[in-house]
Amino acid sequence: MSLGPYASFIVMSYVLVAAVVLLLIVWIIADYRRQQARLKEIEASGVTRRSGRSAADIR
Amino acid sequence: MKLTETLTDLANPTRFLALTARILPWLAGLTAILLAIGLYQSAMAPDDYQQGATVKIMFIHVPNAWLAMFVWGVMSVAALGTLVWRHPLADVAAKAAAPIGAAFTFLALVTGSLWGRPMWGTYWEWDARLTSVLILFLMYLGLMALWRAVEDPSRAARAAAVLTLVGAINIPIIKFSVDWWNTLHQPASVFRAGGPTLDKAFLWPLLVMAIAFSLLFITLHLAAMRNEILRRRVRSLQMMQASRVTFTNEASSGSGAGNASNEIGAA
Repeated sequence: MSLGPYASFIVMSYVLVAAVVLLLIVWIIADYRRQQARLKEIEASGVTRRSGRSAADIR
Repeated sequence: MKLTETLTDLANPTRFLALTARILPWLAGLTAILLAIGLYQSAMAPDDYQQGATVKIMFIHVPNAWLAMFVWGVMSVAALGTLVWRHPLADVAAKAAAPIGAAFTFLALVTGSLWGRPMWGTYWEWDARLTSVLILFLMYLGLMALWRAVEDPSRAARAAAVLTLVGAINIPIIKFSVDWWNTLHQPASVFRAGGPTLDKAFLWPLLVMAIAFSLLFITLHLAAMRNEILRRRVRSLQMMQASRVTFTNEASSGSGAGNASNEIGAA
């Protein structure tokens, strides 16, 4: 597969899209873990939901 | 009737979280498979007789450009959900979609520039299509700033919903800019009256990539909505925690005052 004289533009486009999509995925996973950790921390301090269920439980 | 029941069921954040926990792994898997097929087809697609191999940029530029507009459409429906139906998850959906939409718009702009330099001889031209997409990107950033500026999520939701609906006027402007004005950007070649003008060798990889990117958006959006619901749980528990601390302090200072008066009385 030859990319011709503008190979650098093509490769840069694909690399950039991959990087931004990867960044979005990492950011969303990190945010999920951060929220779960904060919920567990607050619940450990004795504050719980009125339903009695764990706030970190999503099932 | 069934749709109404489903929407009512999903209005419960706990049920929504349970649903996302079940379907997210499947969606992520399906997205990965379709992306792999789309990338393979893009790599194997022949060179265009005019663009050469640069046509491969189109397989990622066009899906990102479509999603840039589609995500604003999703946010506009969510804005109606906030203002008209007051659906509890509507503003969660809108807030979660904004950064993802901004990322797709950014990618559409940059990949378009990288295609434009070898094909048009310039990275940027202030024509109607490019300028209206740049405005869309700035509107995404504005909405994200608004969500961050207002601390109370329900107040931020109403302001953001109004801004989203006002901004929705830009979507038909982007779509029809190439027909209404004389632009450097080429007119529509897929969704147009009379059918696509693309050869099947380019159309199939483009459609597979478009479906893959749409699934990617749905997956990321559901995951981001789940995060937003958890963030609001953190906020409500923190408020409960703060009110308990205040109550305890007031109670102890109240009993302290009682002790003091007792002591004064004793004195």
